[in-house]
Amino acid sequence: MTDPIIQARQVEKFYAQSRDARIQVIAPTDLAIYPGEIVALLGPSGSGKSTLLRMLSGLSRPSGGAVLWHGQDVASTQPNVSIVFQSFALFPWLTVLENVEAPLKARGMEVMDRHRRSLKILDTVGLDGFEAAYPRELSGGMRQRVGFARALVVEPEVLFMDEPFSALDVLTADNLRGELLELWQKKTIPTKAIFLVTHNIDEAVFLADRIIVLGRNPGHVRTDFRVALAQPRDRKDSAFTALVDYIYKVLTQPDVVPAEMPVIAGGRRIRDQRQMRYEMLPHARPGGIAALLELIIDFGGRTDIYRLADELSFEIDDLFPIVEAAQLLGFAKIEEGDAAITPEGRAYAESEILRQKELFRQAAVDHVLLLRQITRALANKSDHSVPEEFFLDMLDEQFSDDECRRQLETAISWGRYAELFDWDDSRRRFVLAEHEHEEIQDRAPEPAK
Amino acid sequence: MRPRFTLSRQLAVERTWPFFIDLSVAAALLAGFYAILWIAKFWFSAAIPEIEIHLAPSHLPLYAFYSIVRIFVAYALSLAFAIAYGYTAAYNKRLEALLIATLDILQSIPVLSFLPGVMLAMISLFPSRQLGIEMGAILLIFTGEVWNMAFSFYTSLKSIPRELMEACEIGRFSRLQRLFQLELPFAAIGLIWNSIVSVANGWFFLMVCEMFPVGSRNYRLPGLGSYLQTAASEGDFRAVTWGLVAMVLIIVVTDQLLWRPLIAWSDKFKFETVESEERVTSSVLHALRNSRVVATIERRTFRPMSEWFYNSLAERKRKHPPQAPRTESRRGVTAIYIAVGLVALAGILFAASDAVRMLRDIHRSEFFTLLAGAGLTFLRVNAALLFASLWTIPVGVAIGFQPRLSHILQPIAQIAASFPATALFPLILLALARIGVSLGIGSVVLMLLAAQWYILFNVIAGAQAIPSELKEIATLFRFSNVQRWTTVILPGIFPFLITGLITASGGAWNASIVAEYFQLRGHTLMTLGLGAQISAASDHANYAVLLAGTMIMALMVVTINRLVWRPLYHLAETKYRLD
Ligand SMILES: Nc1ncnc2c1ncn2[C@@H]1O[C@H](COP(=O)(O)OP(=O)(O)OP(=O)(O)O)[C@@H](O)[C@H]1O
Ligand SMILES: [Mg+2]
Repeated sequence: MTDPIIQARQVEKFYAQSRDARIQVIAPTDLAIYPGEIVALLGPSGSGKSTLLRMLSGLSRPSGGAVLWHGQDVASTQPNVSIVFQSFALFPWLTVLENVEAPLKARGMEVMDRHRRSLKILDTVGLDGFEAAYPRELSGGMRQRVGFARALVVEPEVLFMDEPFSALDVLTADNLRGELLELWQKKTIPTKAIFLVTHNIDEAVFLADRIIVLGRNPGHVRTDFRVALAQPRDRKDSAFTALVDYIYKVLTQPDVVPAEMPVIAGGRRIRDQRQMRYEMLPHARPGGIAALLELIIDFGGRTDIYRLADELSFEIDDLFPIVEAAQLLGFAKIEEGDAAITPEGRAYAESEILRQKELFRQAAVDHVLLLRQITRALANKSDHSVPEEFFLDMLDEQFSDDECRRQLETAISWGRYAELFDWDDSRRRFVLAEHEHEEIQDRAPEPAK
Repeated sequence: MRPRFTLSRQLAVERTWPFFIDLSVAAALLAGFYAILWIAKFWFSAAIPEIEIHLAPSHLPLYAFYSIVRIFVAYALSLAFAIAYGYTAAYNKRLEALLIATLDILQSIPVLSFLPGVMLAMISLFPSRQLGIEMGAILLIFTGEVWNMAFSFYTSLKSIPRELMEACEIGRFSRLQRLFQLELPFAAIGLIWNSIVSVANGWFFLMVCEMFPVGSRNYRLPGLGSYLQTAASEGDFRAVTWGLVAMVLIIVVTDQLLWRPLIAWSDKFKFETVESEERVTSSVLHALRNSRVVATIERRTFRPMSEWFYNSLAERKRKHPPQAPRTESRRGVTAIYIAVGLVALAGILFAASDAVRMLRDIHRSEFFTLLAGAGLTFLRVNAALLFASLWTIPVGVAIGFQPRLSHILQPIAQIAASFPATALFPLILLALARIGVSLGIGSVVLMLLAAQWYILFNVIAGAQAIPSELKEIATLFRFSNVQRWTTVILPGIFPFLITGLITASGGAWNASIVAEYFQLRGHTLMTLGLGAQISAASDHANYAVLLAGTMIMALMVVTINRLVWRPLYHLAETKYRLD
């Protein structure tokens, strides 16, 4: 086998939280990227895909371990890489041509040389005639073409892409994907390897020669396998769909592939995030959960999730959090890539609104520790109000600051819907929604009369 | 896609323009060259014992020219300082909190009470007295201009999207390249708007610091400010009028020749990726862009030079591969930081203890008068804010709600706001004296003049930010007028109003130093107040009282900011946000 271009040895990343507590985002990981392959990195949101990409490209230094480029530490070499960003990251005040020229200019290349090279690459990505336009005058797809041109113009050895197609509409993304694949296969570009971070299983299977799935808390490699399908790939092909289904299963069943976890490293405490007390709340709205359950019932109580997403022309990763939420609340079960409704879920979906809230309330308190804690704290305090810091402090043992906030936001949205408590935004406090509570219980039996 | 420039009816006009414009550009270059010669000759001349200010209008152009130079030298210094300061604060994690806190406090300190101290220091620092006074004035104007720009640059740097920074890093931009390619363009719009405010502030202070007495000596610089002051103290109405006309001219010309083209040009630095419909246009910019001379100069000199400059930035980076031995130099840097910090601390402690020792000279009764003055000035400042709000809120809302009205009035208001209130003081005091209003009340009017614009502009912005759906709902449900104001308009403009009031209150405090103590027609008008006490103390070279007064004022401003404005601002940010 040929030598790898990039080799990551036991790389890990953590962020300091306080003096001796820190959040491990990536567990020590070995990884190698070989010439001639497109590697796709899949994983749930927050599993550290972008973090890993940044370390491999030399943008950020690993907290432990080493990233080697052709056997040399990435910090001491200057690897020739490019990144295509989800947000395009173009300079709005530069024209298309100037944007593409910028990295060449930074390297001190002659005016005429860099002109010629930039024009050529613009031609390659189908942007000739747009040199003098400004990014804001272009559509999203065109902007990302500029992003590609800017990345390719330096003839990078490895091209990194962080969800490059997810800000584009479906058709545009499809087009661009196809064109990229063509450039790669015809060797129009001298790039030796492509590393693609994505949320989109379908995209990964369509493009990649190798797929790596990350698990989260902390990020670790769950599986790493070759895609043996011949190019060009047909999405309707049964082998294709089977692979998509398989990956989906891997992603939805976090416990199938166990990962080794370090408990002590360098004498410092590292939290094993898998023993965490709080379950990660998927960021889904209660209304979305109800709608999903109704759909599953319409499909006969059990359906393939991938097909469901397709049917709804939903992106699969938009559907993910909703499915996870339904599963967490005990309203649905995930079995082999199928979502099946539970009796509780059926009762919930088929009740009228007040009863729904009651069922949701029960499920939430039964299954979600954070909500249970909030309700209990509110009931026990004399003034029935608790500041958010109280819970932030507990959550930040496990989550990053941003994630803590998101967790609380989701908890607030669920709790409000279930009328477990109310939220006073100006004082940033949880308050007990006692009033409404009683009313509902008084009123609930009424329709039965 | 829309073409960048529409070639339409303007084509005919364009053809005739370049020649005319080329001439003007050439003339401007020549004039600039001449001006530099003149300034140098004046600055480095031997000490001029006491400058006489001539009130004949024929002297005005020269005076105006001197003042303009002062303003823009101070501005250039502030810009450089603001960029360095903002950059350091944004990227140096160790110093960030310290620098931002310093900025916050420096912003609240009344600049004008430093006038005598700074002047005396500068005069003793420079052997040529003229240069010393000149430097002192420029330094004071600088302190009036710099803080908001530094703050603006800092916030811009902090809000640069992470991906753009990474794009620079992966594209191997050196730090300086990144500054020119990303950071300055990203911050440009904020810097330009703040420059307008800063230059207006600069004129405000210039009016005062071109001529002032310290002890028995009278320091004077030839300029528009000293012209107006002399005219006022001699009661020469004609000269005052001429001076004001010159001021208006300068402001209109600056607006048309500098600010509007800059704003129009900075449109390309807008970061939002959608096209916005409202644009500032500038025929001057348009002409410059189509001028053949400018284009040639750009192509022949500017572009190759920037190319060369940029390249040199790139090469230096390459010679030093990144991340050489790091830990040792880090340790060295830390040591240097600590050493510098200790020296600075020692200096500060020494100076502070000296200052406190000076405070012991103050008599107890003097101290109580200072406190009483502080109370009175506090009342005046708030009265001024109240009256300013009373007229600016309805007017601002009216302008903000009607795009057509705002289209006409906003540029006018902008020019009016750039007019330094201090230039109008003499006229207004004379008028007030005629109808028999004392300075105690008159100073409120003066403070109002200095503070009202901040509120007006913020209210306009707030009214424009109220979503039209909310207004439509008010109409749909037939809200009464009172209801419309209390449920839609006032909550909607509240955050903006608070921002305006914070700035206005700072302006009013600063104005109190000039407003409560004024030399008019040969005698001194004054009323009891902290501002007057500060002015009088500097007038009589009573440094102990000056220091005490300044400290009290700074303390009051900072305390009010912390205890009143900040909580209100927080409330506005959380409860009354409209998004
Ligand atoms: N500077 C930081 N400090 C603390 N935590 C951080 C920091 N940067 C990232 N994280 C955390 O690291 C985790 C992984 O982040 P990362 O952006 O790599 O995830 P991702 O897999 O790319 O997610 P997404 O799919 O949403 O892009 C997240 O939980 C995030 O909150
Ligand atoms: Mg990511």
